[in-house]
Amino acid sequence: MKLVKIDKKQWAEGLESLKKSFRLLGPVKEDSYYSFKALKEGEQPDFSFLNTRLSPKSLLFPQSEAIVEYSLDERDEDHHVMKAIETDDSPRAVLGIRPCDAKAVTLVNLNFDTSEYKDPYWVKALAATTFIGLACDTPKSTCFCTSVGCGPYHEEGLDLLLADEGETYLVKILTEKGGNFLSTAGLEAVDEDTTLFDAKKKAAEAKIISTIATDNLKGQDILDLHEAPFWEDISFACLNCGTCTYTCPTCWCFDLQDEIHGKSGKRFKNWDSCMFPLFTLHTTGHNPRGTKLQRVRQRFMHKLKYFVDKYDQGIMCVGCGRCVNQCPVNIDIRKVCALMNDHKVDEQACAVQE
Amino acid sequence: MLDYIDKIKEISERLLKDCSVEMVIGFRKGTLPMMNEPCFARTPEDVGQFVWDSNCGINLANYLTDRKERIGIVAKGCDTRNIATHIIENKISREQLVVIGVPCKGMIDKHKIATLFADEIQTVTENGEKILVTAGGKETPLNKSDVLQKNCAVCTHRNPVFYDELAAEKVEEQQDVDRYADVQEIEAMDTQEKWDYFESLLSPCIRCYACKNACPLCYCPTCFVDEAKPQWVGKGQDPTDVRTFHFLRAFHCAGRCTDCGACERACPVGINMRVFTKKLEKDCFEQFGWEAGMSLDERPPLDTYRPNDPNDFIK
Ligand code: SF4
Ligand code: SF4
Ligand code: SF4
Ligand code: SF4
Repeated sequence: MKLVKIDKKQWAEGLESLKKSFRLLGPVKEDSYYSFKALKEGEQPDFSFLNTRLSPKSLLFPQSEAIVEYSLDERDEDHHVMKAIETDDSPRAVLGIRPCDAKAVTLVNLNFDTSEYKDPYWVKALAATTFIGLACDTPKSTCFCTSVGCGPYHEEGLDLLLADEGETYLVKILTEKGGNFLSTAGLEAVDEDTTLFDAKKKAAEAKIISTIATDNLKGQDILDLHEAPFWEDISFACLNCGTCTYTCPTCWCFDLQDEIHGKSGKRFKNWDSCMFPLFTLHTTGHNPRGTKLQRVRQRFMHKLKYFVDKYDQGIMCVGCGRCVNQCPVNIDIRKVCALMNDHKVDEQACAVQE
Repeated sequence: MLDYIDKIKEISERLLKDCSVEMVIGFRKGTLPMMNEPCFARTPEDVGQFVWDSNCGINLANYLTDRKERIGIVAKGCDTRNIATHIIENKISREQLVVIGVPCKGMIDKHKIATLFADEIQTVTENGEKILVTAGGKETPLNKSDVLQKNCAVCTHRNPVFYDELAAEKVEEQQDVDRYADVQEIEAMDTQEKWDYFESLLSPCIRCYACKNACPLCYCPTCFVDEAKPQWVGKGQDPTDVRTFHFLRAFHCAGRCTDCGACERACPVGINMRVFTKKLEKDCFEQFGWEAGMSLDERPPLDTYRPNDPNDFIK
């Protein structure tokens, strides 16, 4: 791991020249909020954002992605054969991804790249991508990354980490991919000692004012949490919309949909949400999670209990605060986590008769 | 409006104590500025969490759908109109309800206020007509009238249209407001301009359905967007499908929409999809003299048939 210093002007020029060999994706301002977009000729990423409205997960896992196509016309030789749709797997770089969102990519990867199953679309996109992180020197009041194994200078999932320092960037080279990115850009870097970088990191971490406790979650009994008395109160206001799951960088659920026009069809992979009744509806008409309470409980139990138990890597949340900020009725995962973490079974209550 | 809360709590406690209701639905303070969370109280002690201020823009009628209990509900003018619509459409019965009417002075627009400040907003407090916003360590006073939700700025039914209890003296209704200026602006566009306007309006939509799910009118057991047999609309992000969702939903609300603004408030990306329902609300007003939810015994014009209908096509 090496730390270098790069002049911002040189950096901008380096990016421009990189566009020949990389597709560059970065934050740009649209109306009142920021989102990740492919940068056009002459366009620079806008690093003045706190966090993007939607997470950059869509760059690897788009909300709607056509994955296979087929013909239903029996005169076609290959009718009814599913054919993969060509994807653009040329090298690309995500510029200015926040450390929380980069860590989120590693969590989603647990689901899409296992020893048993691999989602080829995700795996190829991930392999083609270089992640250039941007450290957070002014985190939001709703950021709680430091409580969940992450932080404003966290390095997991990143190839380079940039820290803004006036006219320059302090750049930590974290992987070979990251080093290649810099040399392809022809960037001249000056070696830097880590004192300033480490001090900035400490200062940024001290600015995270929101914290949660997750220490008891693993020890809690699944069924006790499942039957806990607080779910009605938590779920009451919920609209069962897709806001929290769609804006979350770690939510990975999708649905497969066939769309047919005339005799040709395409199969799409669309984001889905455990908050939607349709998510679990069986063809029989039965819905095992037919009530709002059950759906809300599922979202939080998955993130804060089932995931914890299955992977032993902490909770399925990187503390970005998007769901907290954007939920239309202010259902706050920090509050729910506290209830789950602190839950104690009322010993006085009558024991269930075996 | 801050002073309403004592009365709201007093009424709610009384209703729960004397068992006139099993639960009261109201708001509690949220964890973020300008956010309150709909909640319920089942015991007089639970009532302690209730709050009332200019951040109660979610329409609580939405929480009544098909409930079986006897319920007390805190309701602004628009909420009572949606409760009336719910009663007419058999989603709840009048006998189940004790309506705690709140004469409303308007809710503030959280999307708009957020865009006024470059820094993250730390706190928002209110003092009558003044809204005090702290952002980046600096306090800025705003006039409430400048930052009202768009629908509240032109609302002419701030007082509950029906109620069992009142949380305060009735307020004066706004006179001389130009209710439909925004719709007229769009009506004046030519076809291409309208199309472009809709396209750019809806382009950030992520189809989270917060707008539809925040709306008390959208209670169908299976929404047309979720139907599979037949599938009326694709489920992905194709702009045609996104538009179809919005246009069809708006038509389903024609003659029923009260312009409560809950849909627009709920949208995480700040889309004003309310212009669609508002156009239809305007048409119903101009063509049938109809405003939804103003009475408990008249059905909306689009689900009524009259033998003396003046139009030929219907005979
Ligand atoms: S659960 Fe909420 S805070 Fe956690 S990563 Fe997802 S959107 Fe961010
Ligand atoms: S918790 Fe909030 S954002 Fe998530 S589904 Fe419920 S209302 Fe929507
Ligand atoms: S469409 Fe919007 S404004 Fe109309 S009743 Fe529903 S939530 Fe209220
Ligand atoms: S709430 Fe906004 S983003 Fe969500 S479906 Fe409605 S218009 Fe689209």
